[in-house]
Amino acid sequence: MPTKKAMTPAEVKEEILKRYPTKVARKRDKQFLVHEGPEAMQTKDIQANVRTIPGIITQRGCTYAGCKGVILGPTRDIVNITHGPIGCGFYSWLTRRNQTDASAPDAANYMTYCFSTDMTEHDIVFGGMNKLRQAVQEAYDLFKPRAIAIFSTCPVGLIGDDVHAVAREMKEKLNAIDPNHKVNIFAFSCEGYKGVSQSAGHHIANNQIFTHVVGEEMKRPEGKYLINMLGEYNIGGDAFEIERILDKCGITLNSSFSGNSTYEQFARAGVADLNCVMCHRSINYVADMMETKWGIPWIKVNFIGAKSTAKSLRKIAQYFGDKQLIDRVEEVIAEEMKNVDATLADVKPRTTGKTAMLFVGGSRAHHYQDLFKELGMRSIGAGYEFAHRDDYEGRRVIPDIKVDADSRNIEELHIEQDPANYNPRKTDEELKQLEAAGFEFKEYAGLIPDMDKDTLIIDDINSWETEKLIEIMKPDIFCAGIKEKYAVEKLGVPLKQLHNYDMGGPYAGFKGAVNYYLEIDRLVNSKIWSYLEAPWDKEPELSATYVG
Amino acid sequence: MTLLRHTSKEIKDRSALTINPAKTCQPVGAMYAALGIHGCLPHSHGSQGCCSYHRSMLTRHYKEPVYAGTSSFTEGASVFGGQANLLQAFQNIFEIYDPDVVAVHSTCLSETIGDDMPQIADKAVKEGKVPEGKVVVTASTPSYVGSHVTGFANMVQGMVKGLATKKDKKNGKINVIPGFVEPSDMGEIKRLCKLMDVPIILFPDTDGVLNGPLTGKHKMFPDGGVTVEELRDTANSMGTLALGEWGSSLAAKYLDSTHKVPCQILGLPLGLTATDSFIDALRKMAGKSVPAEISFERGQLVDVMKDYHQYLYRRKVALAGDPDQLIALTEFLVSLDMIPAHIVTGTPGKKFEERIREITKDVPYKVNVKVEGDMFMLHQWIKNDPVDLLIGNTYMKYIARDEDIPLVRHGLPILDRVGHQYFPTVGYKGGLRLLEKILDAILTRKDRDDPETSFELAL
Repeated sequence: MPTKKAMTPAEVKEEILKRYPTKVARKRDKQFLVHEGPEAMQTKDIQANVRTIPGIITQRGCTYAGCKGVILGPTRDIVNITHGPIGCGFYSWLTRRNQTDASAPDAANYMTYCFSTDMTEHDIVFGGMNKLRQAVQEAYDLFKPRAIAIFSTCPVGLIGDDVHAVAREMKEKLNAIDPNHKVNIFAFSCEGYKGVSQSAGHHIANNQIFTHVVGEEMKRPEGKYLINMLGEYNIGGDAFEIERILDKCGITLNSSFSGNSTYEQFARAGVADLNCVMCHRSINYVADMMETKWGIPWIKVNFIGAKSTAKSLRKIAQYFGDKQLIDRVEEVIAEEMKNVDATLADVKPRTTGKTAMLFVGGSRAHHYQDLFKELGMRSIGAGYEFAHRDDYEGRRVIPDIKVDADSRNIEELHIEQDPANYNPRKTDEELKQLEAAGFEFKEYAGLIPDMDKDTLIIDDINSWETEKLIEIMKPDIFCAGIKEKYAVEKLGVPLKQLHNYDMGGPYAGFKGAVNYYLEIDRLVNSKIWSYLEAPWDKEPELSATYVG
Repeated sequence: MTLLRHTSKEIKDRSALTINPAKTCQPVGAMYAALGIHGCLPHSHGSQGCCSYHRSMLTRHYKEPVYAGTSSFTEGASVFGGQANLLQAFQNIFEIYDPDVVAVHSTCLSETIGDDMPQIADKAVKEGKVPEGKVVVTASTPSYVGSHVTGFANMVQGMVKGLATKKDKKNGKINVIPGFVEPSDMGEIKRLCKLMDVPIILFPDTDGVLNGPLTGKHKMFPDGGVTVEELRDTANSMGTLALGEWGSSLAAKYLDSTHKVPCQILGLPLGLTATDSFIDALRKMAGKSVPAEISFERGQLVDVMKDYHQYLYRRKVALAGDPDQLIALTEFLVSLDMIPAHIVTGTPGKKFEERIREITKDVPYKVNVKVEGDMFMLHQWIKNDPVDLLIGNTYMKYIARDEDIPLVRHGLPILDRVGHQYFPTVGYKGGLRLLEKILDAILTRKDRDDPETSFELAL
């Protein structure tokens, strides 16, 4: 049989879009780019952060998931009460693998619990505020937590429950009862229908944490080179590995948003000297607000990939400009790279030349390409569920982004300098010097510049597109989430989950890179994929007959 | 350090705060039921978060693809109604994915704003958004009423409401509604009916849908599932056996009152006596005698119950789960002379406690039962009065670890073990498997705890 000529990326796109009704095709066309090389891409924009097409079978989740599940979920000592029917609380109960270390004596850890007002028909009809008040009271009586957070779900906004009023009222009431035990109570209007995806929930979470917690405590902890790690959620222990490396270098982690975090860390975030942003999408709002309010600069870092980790550590050291730190960082990198290089030497011959596709959340579809590069693998397709144009094209496009009707109701906070505590961490002169040396503040170049010509960039990919891409382009590995995993694997292609890591990890830092190399080797070279066809299906005709 | 370190022994009354629920919400049950129709795409009429959560939970439970569409409500639709979204969804689903059936359920969002799904579905048909020969069924599944079991029951009723069509002639079949059980259980019920030589329509039927093979070829709509033709024909059956009151009675009663198909409501056929009731009812309804194979399987189960009785007698068990499952499990435990000490379900329903009291009336222990209870409550009971064994879903592993009590995983969801999709717990064979799991848990613990001097080779 003559082999069919491989389709060009443009033909792949055309083949996929031709299935759609006209209106759908027109819309998907703008969310589906063929990479035409670095220069051509300077003038191309992708449509992102727009409403989901009904019935398309999207990967996306909702605002509640982005707020409660993603940002607030990983903090161990806040009692998170879901105000709604039982589902939302149930599904976000321990299903994201935000690990936490609560081993200190007396450490609170509520992450193993699911708290809900479990609204019933009665609450929908007569309002749920009384039940919410009572639930807060019961949570207080049972646990005496440092903080209680309330999360709104779909019906809450519709029936008009004022969760913020309940939070204020209960905070006042409970703090009057026992002045020795201060409890902070705040609420999030993160109804599932707001915005168009999890993204709105990130923004709402950023705003409320910033308004109610960040800056509450302005006392500087012990330690040199004080940084905050923003947008790192400790999936599978990633933050533990990053903490290990920072520790080894002598860099002090002041607070984490929000992997392995505590309430106190949020409260004292304002005293750090540098903000390091891992997941740009979910946390850039807090980074910007801290810069305005207290003068803390932020830089984009990436601890996914051994080389990226080294690069990020050097950036941090360069920022502080201290020779002792710069030298120590080089020592640590040299030491850690020994194991990384040894593993690569073993694995890379088996992974080189293979291809990957990544369709994940709002950040990892970019970061994980670095790990594949280290393995000698090419990323031939990538995209996000809910990222915005700046995550694809870089922050340079922010002034051109138009907020559409579906996202207009997500509040933008107006932040001003804190007269008492504003303190620019670097003088204008120092900033200029760093920038002249190639240092970039407040900058993220996005996913597209890091991808090669003739790759595909697809926003809000759906089931149809996933299946066709695999059928036509036959990648050696596909990276996505739990909903895609088993469908893709039925087609004979291994899927690496980059949300929950298939219960593996950590994948961040140096040890994480080693874990990832071994995992990808295991997946793309597994014997399993050779067993899919039964022997009798390979040769259905009988060529001989057994005569007994 | 313990994982549930904030759970105290002291029990305080709670009226508003649910902690560690023993239930989830309606639509996931409806989605599961809809997957039991051949060629069906479930559709969630609400904002897309629900649909993602429900698909994820079922996927984690089955390690299989779970497809479903969503209307993807935005704030605008939430205020002005979701009709446009659903109409658009129908058109896209049929053009892109081409299912035979779309089974629509609602969420707390579309229910609170009062979207009329049958009316929208009707409009979609009239406007040609549902192609000729394709079918839409709907079920109202407000998340603020009942639980996932209620959602399952509503969708099963939706199937017959939307499709059952009376003809002049009876079809000589019996409808069997298996209840909210695993694909493997549905397979076992079909096997038993085949052994009995009784032609049945089993609905829903997720066997072959959520326990499929790996072959390198993917079917978005697998071979399994009850067909639309069969669902239409349910109106012409000789009778309906509804297994599990909470999961199955709504549909059975609908067929009885609307199409005069007489129904009998039984418990889930899990354990010895409940399986006896099922086989006996099937025999009588179909006018068939019970074949020797089935009596043989029954005898095997009784044999093992006798052989290992000494390790079961008066062992205390704590259970959490869904009402139909818990009733059957309690009955099985009592038949083994075990003590179902603490029982919690998150699903509301007055009859539950009544049934449990009836089953446990001769048990020499004051059984704790809580309807609309949660696992926090269950854990507190256990702290006050420890047990030898836990039976429940994966979330119970936190209690199991903290209190050092063995756990038999049963129910929804099981996120950390395999088996439930392949090996049944219903029927005599299922009873044998469940008994093996219970014994394995108890004897593994005994082997761990016995001192060296009395560590035994044979048990």
